[in-house]
Amino acid sequence: MSRADPSAPQGRGELREEPQTARTRRTTFRASLLGNELLTTFRRWRTLALLAVLAAVPVLVGIAVKVETGDGSSAGPGGGGGGPAFLSQITNNGLFLVFTALAATVPFFLPMAVGVVAGDALAGEANSGTLRYLLVAPAGRGRLLLTKYATVVVFCVTATLVVAVSALTVGALLFPLGDLTTISGTRIGFAEGLGRALLIALAVAASLIGVAALGLFVSTLTGSGIAAMATTVGLLITVQILDQIPQLHALQPYLFSHYWLSFADLMREPVYWDDLTKNVELQALYAAVFGSAAWARFTTKDITA
Amino acid sequence: MGEVSATEPEQGGTGAGDEPVIATRALTKRYRGGQLAVDGLDLTVPAGSVFGFLGPNGSGKTTTIRMLMGLIEPTSGTARVLGQPMPRATRAVLPHVGALIEGPALYGFLSGRDNLVRYDSADPAADPRTRRARVAAALDRVGLTAAAGKKAKAYSLGMKQRLGLAAALLQPRRLLVLDEPTNGLDPQGMREIRTLVRELASDGTTVFLSSHLLDEIEQVCTHAAVMAQGRLITQGPVAELSAGARGRLAVTTPDTAEAARVLKEQGVGDVVVTDDRVTGEPPDRDLAEVTAALVTAGVRVRGLTVERASLEDAFVALTGEGFDVAG
Ligand SMILES: Nc1ncnc2c1ncn2[C@@H]1O[C@H](COP(=O)(O)OP(=O)(O)OP(=O)(O)O)[C@@H](O)[C@H]1O
Ligand SMILES: [Mg+2]
Repeated sequence: MSRADPSAPQGRGELREEPQTARTRRTTFRASLLGNELLTTFRRWRTLALLAVLAAVPVLVGIAVKVETGDGSSAGPGGGGGGPAFLSQITNNGLFLVFTALAATVPFFLPMAVGVVAGDALAGEANSGTLRYLLVAPAGRGRLLLTKYATVVVFCVTATLVVAVSALTVGALLFPLGDLTTISGTRIGFAEGLGRALLIALAVAASLIGVAALGLFVSTLTGSGIAAMATTVGLLITVQILDQIPQLHALQPYLFSHYWLSFADLMREPVYWDDLTKNVELQALYAAVFGSAAWARFTTKDITA
Repeated sequence: MGEVSATEPEQGGTGAGDEPVIATRALTKRYRGGQLAVDGLDLTVPAGSVFGFLGPNGSGKTTTIRMLMGLIEPTSGTARVLGQPMPRATRAVLPHVGALIEGPALYGFLSGRDNLVRYDSADPAADPRTRRARVAAALDRVGLTAAAGKKAKAYSLGMKQRLGLAAALLQPRRLLVLDEPTNGLDPQGMREIRTLVRELASDGTTVFLSSHLLDEIEQVCTHAAVMAQGRLITQGPVAELSAGARGRLAVTTPDTAEAARVLKEQGVGDVVVTDDRVTGEPPDRDLAEVTAALVTAGVRVRGLTVERASLEDAFVALTGEGFDVAG
């Protein structure tokens, strides 16, 4: 049996009478722990509250813009000038609310939500003692860590889509929809605009992967869910501040938040890929570094809680 | 199996049948704070036994169980569970082990049933197609079927304990490790646990049970070990342990003075007379001879018994009367 289970040295035949289908079966099992983890995470009151806050941001922005421009004037200075926030364009085209809402949530709300979910992922289980029962089930430390990370990544995507969908809905309800003008001044059709919006949402979700890995690593360090969440969100704020200090510009390209606003480049014609690629590379680097650190820590840690 | 002594644990047989279910060698754990919690433990739990694991608070029982379950790494020494080394073989061993460690831990926002579904899905050896049936059977076994839909945070202490047990019973297990399983249970609950343990044992499951309730251990356990301050003081069949604290010969008679004289003659030591009873340490010779001698001397014997020492006597004799927890 040790053949089917490399982590079980000196396996004895009597311990596991697994049929030959073990491999295919085990893949469904993996999926099944992930499925259960997703269900558990998204049934949490806290997860739903975070998503509700994120969904509320576009509503507030949309209403603010509507009220501001109720007299018919266009919002923002210069009108129609563009800029990364796209604020001035919303009155002409509700689709721009998607871009505005993502730009408004990416510096803080989105990564904070991810930090909370990632920070709590293992520390919360340790806190409640359920971690020891998952491990004696036996979930397997590596398997559990991967499941947790996958769940946090799914949360990154979900959270971003919640903002985008809420913004699109509010935009469609409050403002006209139609063709739109890119930052470069060219016009694209509404369908392509929708496509760009989806791409932007994916780029934003990818921006959060680094925070997710960082949060999960912090989560392996402590047995307190609150401490892990607070540390992750604290780090997030610190990095944002460091990214603003001019004297640190040599360091800044390595801060996970440095290219977060690069998603706006997807609204150029042609798309300007440089910063987008750098962002993805940087996030992958963070995922690799903090993912390995989390692995090293969690697979050897004494679980006494 | 047979006899197992504290100092020289039986070497596990080569056949799978009589290999000990748990065998530790010089198992030692020093926590990061420097606390030596378990010190050179040589524990042997024979297959098929109901094994009571005793010891005062802080004596290292839970620490031992954590090492056996692969939750913490021993500082030195080895632990084998079901014939395989822990914590290296957790993936192969633990599907055959059900455990309740330091009380239950539940997801308060999930129903009792969903808690079990979650723990079941964490086990890669559990078939998802039969999950519902397994969960229902486990709930039924601990008497929680009616409360299965309730959120676990609304459970009482005893209900939580039962749900924890249900999680340990999701699969047919070869070994069940129960750290204080009757904590918080009502008398019916405790009885049910005892019945359950006996049932499981008769199905061939080895049960490793830590508890402070000595009469409970005495009632269900075939074997026991006693820990104090991280060290193993003794282990072996329960009958032998309590015999170690020697029972007393008790003669009930109105002629106490005469009885005491005869008993001393017959080699009974430490003779004590109380009201109409004379007690003493049983002699090596056949008790039939003692009885005959008493009768010959004209002592009117109403009763003659050897009172078995309780496990509690043995426990206190081994671990001392002191109440304070050792640092
Ligand atoms: N996580 C930990 N870190 C440091 N020391 C610990 C830890 N857990 C337990 N200890 C220490 O190890 C010793 C043994 O503790 P353990 O929990 O194994 O005792 P126990 O026999 O289970 O006691 P009880 O009957 O009270 O449950 C104690 O001195 C305790 O203070
Ligand atoms: Mg304990």
